[in-house]
Amino acid sequence: MSTSEVARHQPPPSARMSDVRLVAHQLRYDLLLVLRDPQSRFFTFALPVIFLILLTSLFGNGTHFVNGHAIKNSTYYVPGICTLGVVATSFVNLVITITVQRESGILKRRRSTPVPAWVLIASRVLTSAILAIVLVAVIVVLGRIIYGVHLPGSTLPAFVLGVVVGAAAFCCLAFAAASFIRNEDSAQPIIQAIILPLYFISGVFVPKDQLSTTLQDIGNVFPVAHLNSALFKAFDPATTGSGLAGTDLLILAAWGMGGLIIALWRFSWSPQSS
Amino acid sequence: MIEVSGLRMSYDGFEAVQGVDLRVSRGEIFTFLGPNGAGKTTTVEILEGHRKRTAGDVRVLGEDPERADRWWRSRVGVVLQSSRVEPQLTVRECLELYAGYYSAPRSVQEVIELVGLKKRSEVRCGHLSGGQQRRVDVALALIGDPELVFLDEPTTGFDPAARRSAWEMIDGLRQLGKTVFLTTHYMDEAEALADRIVVIKAGVIVAEGTPTTLGGRDRAAYQITFSLPEGVEIDELPVASARELDQSGKVLIESGQVMPTLRSLSDWAIGHQYNISDLLVRRPALEDVYLALTEAPK
Repeated sequence: MSTSEVARHQPPPSARMSDVRLVAHQLRYDLLLVLRDPQSRFFTFALPVIFLILLTSLFGNGTHFVNGHAIKNSTYYVPGICTLGVVATSFVNLVITITVQRESGILKRRRSTPVPAWVLIASRVLTSAILAIVLVAVIVVLGRIIYGVHLPGSTLPAFVLGVVVGAAAFCCLAFAAASFIRNEDSAQPIIQAIILPLYFISGVFVPKDQLSTTLQDIGNVFPVAHLNSALFKAFDPATTGSGLAGTDLLILAAWGMGGLIIALWRFSWSPQSS
Repeated sequence: MIEVSGLRMSYDGFEAVQGVDLRVSRGEIFTFLGPNGAGKTTTVEILEGHRKRTAGDVRVLGEDPERADRWWRSRVGVVLQSSRVEPQLTVRECLELYAGYYSAPRSVQEVIELVGLKKRSEVRCGHLSGGQQRRVDVALALIGDPELVFLDEPTTGFDPAARRSAWEMIDGLRQLGKTVFLTTHYMDEAEALADRIVVIKAGVIVAEGTPTTLGGRDRAAYQITFSLPEGVEIDELPVASARELDQSGKVLIESGQVMPTLRSLSDWAIGHQYNISDLLVRRPALEDVYLALTEAPK
């Protein structure tokens, strides 16, 4: 045995990269992985922008009634597409990434190294949160420039809080949902099958006043509707004050907690299909 | 490096591993050989700390892998049986990512050269061939400069040339002073690489030895095979134990005393001016020993 090997029987504490720096290190590569993935580029980033332009261009100049007052459709669609953006980055993309990385053995290999589990989870959650915030910012700016949809400064903090709480809750739900998907090929179809109908009954694609009360009631059970109405409140011209949607945020947080508990109970680093 | 005694693992009543004892010493290439489903991967996953065992005592680098900490993980390199590498990262980026997990990693460039990917280092892993991806796998297991490397069926699905160069790479780990725990279901792989072989079948160890001694191979009778000359019957041979192998006239003689047998055979052939062109003398191949050991009981 060489002297260097003898020396290695004690961990060198000074040389160890601090864990916070390790999160930053992992984050850099996690972001790179998402940005280089053609599927993520289209479904996660391009599609919400396409929906914004399509829906607002087709229906933007009309008006409809929300909570008893008339509102321009474009004002309605911008926060709706922000909801879509948060869900696409924090939930859909995350579920697919986790499932693919787990089934291809990438997660298991990473867990074979000294990197702590929490570092990997924190980095991937931060990746989703950063993507969500950037995407929402792009949507808000495009809405302002192209369609003149205004986000008042007074409701901006409540809006940002809504995006952050929404992203956190959907990340927790993503870890829970991924634990139910057995193989990587079914991740995309299963998640789309869950989320697409929710967009329709949660006021993202179709204004809520055009839905039957039954559909509205079903939609209100799920978190998408609450994220949507929290974000809408910040854009709603009838909103006075801070625009904080306390009830909606609490319901979102409760969903997030539920997801977290299921994830802690069921989450696995090893492939499930074999 | 590794000490295992009485290891048992059962899933829902099925006993995958039924009382395995192992001992691996520093610097050796230890090969765990067995057919698919024999319990190899289950055992390795327990040793790697990826699976909790049902019973038994396990020490890897002096610690119980179930309670492994970061420091332990930094001393163990793992190549999983079927894993892909991050397809969107280049070979170099991938190694830099994993190097960041360790407090004292090897140099990325050095490891790239070690696994023979110097010319492919800027290529995204998703564009590499299967064999090259496996090299990245091995590189990732080596980047932390581990003392012990687990290789779980590292060449399954390789073409012959890729296997050959993978073997050279694994053999190179010996020169680096690494201890290697290799599982395989290929006899030739065990023969080419192993210092010591343990054969597992249906969760039980059935044999242990070096490639030359496994299953009493070194004590087994020699096998002499050749084709009978045209028009000669088997009972004309000077050796009583000869028997026909097939319809084409191939003959097998098993002999513990190979030189006298060969002598009487050649005296006889020269005396009759017979030409025996395809004479072959060999010990039973490792493959024969292995198949005899792992054959299902009739």
